[in-house]
Amino acid sequence: MSERSEARRPAPTGAPAGPPGAAPTVAIEVDGEIVRVASDITVAAALLLAGTTAFRRSVDGAPRGPICGMGTCYECRVTIDGLAHRRACLVPVRDGMKISTAAPEP
Amino acid sequence: MSERVPELSHAFDVAVIGAGPAGIAAATRAAEAGRSTVLLDASPRPGGQIWRHRTRAELPAPARRRLERLDRSGAVPLLGAAVVDARADRAGGFVLSLERDAEGISLRAGRIILATGARELFLPFPGWTLPNMIGVGGAQALLRSGASFSGKRVVIAGSGPLLLAVAATLRAHGATVAVIAEQASKRALLRFHAGLWRTPGRLARALAYRAALPGTRFVPDAWVVRADGDDAVREVTLTDGRRSWIERCDVLCTGFGLVPNTELAELLGCDVDDGRVRVDPWQRTTVDGVFCAGEPTGIAGATASLVEGEIAGAAAVLDTSGLDRLFAFRRREHEFARRLESTFALRPELREVPEQDTILCRCEDVAFSALEPGWSFRQAMLYTRIGMGPCQGRICGPAYRHLFGRAPRAVRVPASPASVGTLASTLTPQQDPDDGGAAHASRPGPRDGDTAP
Repeated sequence: MSERSEARRPAPTGAPAGPPGAAPTVAIEVDGEIVRVASDITVAAALLLAGTTAFRRSVDGAPRGPICGMGTCYECRVTIDGLAHRRACLVPVRDGMKISTAAPEP
Repeated sequence: MSERVPELSHAFDVAVIGAGPAGIAAATRAAEAGRSTVLLDASPRPGGQIWRHRTRAELPAPARRRLERLDRSGAVPLLGAAVVDARADRAGGFVLSLERDAEGISLRAGRIILATGARELFLPFPGWTLPNMIGVGGAQALLRSGASFSGKRVVIAGSGPLLLAVAATLRAHGATVAVIAEQASKRALLRFHAGLWRTPGRLARALAYRAALPGTRFVPDAWVVRADGDDAVREVTLTDGRRSWIERCDVLCTGFGLVPNTELAELLGCDVDDGRVRVDPWQRTTVDGVFCAGEPTGIAGATASLVEGEIAGAAAVLDTSGLDRLFAFRRREHEFARRLESTFALRPELREVPEQDTILCRCEDVAFSALEPGWSFRQAMLYTRIGMGPCQGRICGPAYRHLFGRAPRAVRVPASPASVGTLASTLTPQQDPDDGGAAHASRPGPRDGDTAP
């Protein structure tokens, strides 16, 4: 089943009822390194847990990270599974996801 | 190129945009009245900011009950979907263009309820672009999405009750909150707290927050003037106007208040005064068929949002039962909001904080030095690119308006960055180049000057 066809199914609104920490884990790749994180977190949270402070570089090359956490500031943009400029704070992690903080090809 | 989503009908009686408290209340009410209702949000789960969660168990019981009622209502959730365009349909109703996972979706709706919430006001200061400088709402959002601040030393600076609430949350999750710098004056705070006897629940909550922060210094009449560090924030300089001092920290959280998200209302041609969407007592905007509830109509908090959302949902389906009770709640919440606004009004000294080489536009790396004093925002945009980056002025615009007293220009499509594929697949065939833009008649044209604040 491709990532895209999975994405087409409407997401359920009901998050699992269990307490945090009881969630299963997934393995994701962050800039080439495999990291295991809880399955119900966002990519932004996963990157912060993995110790990433610079999600992207500004026009002048300065390190930048998320400030708003809600999809407004666009500072958390990373490349996810080959698609650039995804707002990490809006994307839930998925098993096997590949995340890159490198500047996307123009 | 856009794929059909088989389980989803593409036409609804009511489209609710934004799944925070206001949107949840509106969609529930409209759906319970038997109207086909879609509830949209760019986030993967409903709840907006205040009810952001990984599992429902984390939420307070009233929030859980609201979500459960939403589940039963029959409203169709369409999450992870950003609205790229919203326009009146010549045949009646509205067309929404959405992007979800880089694919375009078109929806039709008879009525729209905007419940797009608010975002944080960020005020620039030297070093504010360093990583680990986060908004207080941003910190809470990231924490609730799975980030950890455990073992981190945090400095909080800004204004308003949110500082205390987020401080308590961070502390409960293992952070050390070294200091909270509140820019409101000691006198204003005393007056505000003295007045809380009228709202005992709020008083209890305020006291509980303070009790939950035993090691935290709370400093009124104080604000941040700079942050320093190499790859991330390492220390922060605070001042009370007379003396300045340095606080070491791992994370700096700033919170200067909230800004209504009025972009979609503007796109649809609704009147927006002084940054708020104008609505009548039934939450109707100035555009027929468009309603607005919650923070975009004026910052007033979650309870007001719930009430306004329910009123909007009722009005959208022409069901006015029980509205008197809701009107009374709304009046009470708005009265409290006014008291908050005057207590936590931002002091003029904050305007003196940015330096010439401080960045104003983060997207395009434009510093204050690039701006000429006499320019309108539009000139600044054309000459320096501020407001032209991905955030489209959502971060620098309110800062600019606060600092210079002038409002940024009207919103254009796409309201959210979208792929060419989405734009190509969701443009309606009605957009005949010869019709003079009749389909967009309700949308304001580009303005040459700035609107008065």
